[in-house]
Amino acid sequence: MYRQSIIAMALTAALTAPVVRAAPVVLPASAAPVSPATPVTVTTANAELAQIRAQLQQMKENYEARIAALEKQLKTSASAESRVPESQPLPANTYASNAPTPAMATPAPSAAGFNPAVSLILGGTYANLSQDPNRYRLQGFIPAGDGVGPGRRGLNLGESELTLAASIDPRFAGQATFSLDADNAVSVEEAFFQTQGLENGLNLKAGRFLSGIGYLNAQHAHTWDFVDAPLAYQAFLNRQYKPDGAQLRWLAPTEQFIELGVELGRGSSFPGNDRNRNGVGSTALFAHLGDDIGESASYRAGLSYLRTAATQRAFADIDGSGAAVTNAFTGKSATWIADAVYKWSPNGNPVQTNLKLQGEYFRRTERGTLAQDVDTQATGAGSYRATQSGWYLQGIYQFTAGWRAGLRYDRLQSGNSTFGIGLDAANFSQLAAYNPRRTTAMLDYSPSEFSRLRLQVAQDRSHPQATDNQIFLQYIMSLGAHGAHTF
Amino acid sequence: MKKFFLLILALPLFVAVTPASAAINVLACEPEWAALATEIGGERVKASSATTALQDPHRIEARPSLIARTRNADLLACTGLELEVGWLPILLQQSGNARIAVGQPGNFEAGSVVAHLDVPTRLDRSDGDVHAAGNPHIQQDPRNILKVGEALAKRLVAIDPAGAAYYQSRYTAFASRWSAAMQKWELQLAPLKGVAVVEHHKNMEYLMQWVGLKQVGTLEPKPGVEPSAAHLNALLDQLQKQPAKMVIRAAYQDGRASEWLAQHARIPAVVLPFTVGGDAQAKDLFSLFDDTVARLLEGGK
Repeated sequence: MYRQSIIAMALTAALTAPVVRAAPVVLPASAAPVSPATPVTVTTANAELAQIRAQLQQMKENYEARIAALEKQLKTSASAESRVPESQPLPANTYASNAPTPAMATPAPSAAGFNPAVSLILGGTYANLSQDPNRYRLQGFIPAGDGVGPGRRGLNLGESELTLAASIDPRFAGQATFSLDADNAVSVEEAFFQTQGLENGLNLKAGRFLSGIGYLNAQHAHTWDFVDAPLAYQAFLNRQYKPDGAQLRWLAPTEQFIELGVELGRGSSFPGNDRNRNGVGSTALFAHLGDDIGESASYRAGLSYLRTAATQRAFADIDGSGAAVTNAFTGKSATWIADAVYKWSPNGNPVQTNLKLQGEYFRRTERGTLAQDVDTQATGAGSYRATQSGWYLQGIYQFTAGWRAGLRYDRLQSGNSTFGIGLDAANFSQLAAYNPRRTTAMLDYSPSEFSRLRLQVAQDRSHPQATDNQIFLQYIMSLGAHGAHTF
Repeated sequence: MKKFFLLILALPLFVAVTPASAAINVLACEPEWAALATEIGGERVKASSATTALQDPHRIEARPSLIARTRNADLLACTGLELEVGWLPILLQQSGNARIAVGQPGNFEAGSVVAHLDVPTRLDRSDGDVHAAGNPHIQQDPRNILKVGEALAKRLVAIDPAGAAYYQSRYTAFASRWSAAMQKWELQLAPLKGVAVVEHHKNMEYLMQWVGLKQVGTLEPKPGVEPSAAHLNALLDQLQKQPAKMVIRAAYQDGRASEWLAQHARIPAVVLPFTVGGDAQAKDLFSLFDDTVARLLEGGK
């Protein structure tokens, strides 16, 4: 069966490959794998071999005839039409009905045809924040970095994202996304290669990429349903986890969608940090399960685990005397994420109305040591342990074509940090227990698949001192190649 | 923890040795190609469609279930011509299925074997959702079904040579039944030659070309752009000067704009099944066209 199929494939490929529409040569009936006129009746392997020989002979003759015809045609036709003229189909025998492979159907006009697909995302916001965003903090949590907070006030240019993507060869495809931020800084958002058409449901990716942990993490910010990331993403992953490393995914050959993945990373991004060491700095595992529920609904649920470590991961804090200090954490960090998304649309057609419900739960344990006031070395260090959690739940409803409304509720639980001998909790005011929460509503309008305008209001109670009332206006524009969207 | 890790790495090895099932697993992107694969493949294939007739083939989500089905497919039969550009690349990438990778025998593109209408002379998104390779809704012309059928039969032979004679005889039988049916339909449709119609989206071009209908307007101001009140009013004005016989749309399209125009211009709004499963009558390719023809004749009275 296998050998036969290889022979047949080779034959078919050989037969079809050189025919690029132009040659109106009719194949001898027996050379074509299928021909209505002569039924192929093959019973034994010997007969088949003989037939293959005969076919090869015929192919050879056929080729010679075809080459001659092509040469003749080349001489006579000054310019070859590469496209079929509009509203004027060619007569049936002009284009080869023995299909060339799809890639050959429309030959690229020049070397430019090999250029990567380019797409550019333009984004911008207007933010009206009742509290000073420079003083924003998630009380009870070690600050993750610049991914935390609502961003700047007023009119802002958002990140412009430039993506280049193409196949590298039949085995690999590559993609790079550069992010140009408002401060004229360029950063590499993603740069990876991945396998294509590897056997047995395997997919390998390496470089810098959006990690497959959680649900929202693997999606670019411009596809998010709200202006900003859920608080849990800000607190536990500094907005989004993008390891430098490799990812292996395996899709089970089952009717139901079951996907397992493992990622080995450098471990330099939060909650880890750059530790100047050999080996693997972070490990992530994830499992996804998904299916349809009837014609109209579908879901995906997942469980992820991220394990990394930090050495002298510094953060700003206020000590017992009210002075600004820098403290640092050294130790291990392990995060579990449970995620689920459910989508519904009438008959599975989301064009007019659809609903999307999504929620994720994070739980992180960090254990190690805290060093106090590392800049002056004036005070000591001691053991530290904290188990913290957070979740969000959101629903987006498209009530008519182009218009969507959404609600989101965020909540974090700092739990009680355990400080060892030599540390005074009063010197870590940032880590005093609190449960930040936020309620967000949004309305967006998408005139087409490529543009989106959004209004978002939120009430953010990320620390006990004040409530931040936030209003955002946002635009997201997508230029260039039509990207495919993940579920 | 370490055991879990090892298990994940080891699982693919167990599955690699699992023998494949006997029938050729055909995953069609659209119902018409699943129906065609069944006509030709009979019992040797197990064909299913990733989408239904009530879904807009441009706007499909790469759902987990579709990824799982792509993983197990031996043959992927899609229209191509960028119709599935918003979702199929994800399925192909995530499936990890070498048999159906682009360029492999298991990747069959129906659009590559027929002549294309509406090939744009310029590519600019201000023209709406245009497809660089031309209009992809090729299944609306029964002559295309025949051409795709011939190519699909050859592809099935390439993938499953043991069934060569079977596929060939089934294709021959299908082709003669189809040709006879086409003759019948063309006779029935003769009175509609030159009749002016309005369509919802530019997805009826192949049908109109075959029947000889004349399109005088679309409900969408530009391909893929939702009908607007201003555009519909302008269209209504135009129809008063240059009347149309009916306004046609596919089963998956929202009916409000179509019904509005039908009411104001006093012409029938005709819903066509568009593909297999678009209505109760369109159960297979033959009944799809029987029903399409009947509905057009009804609307053109």
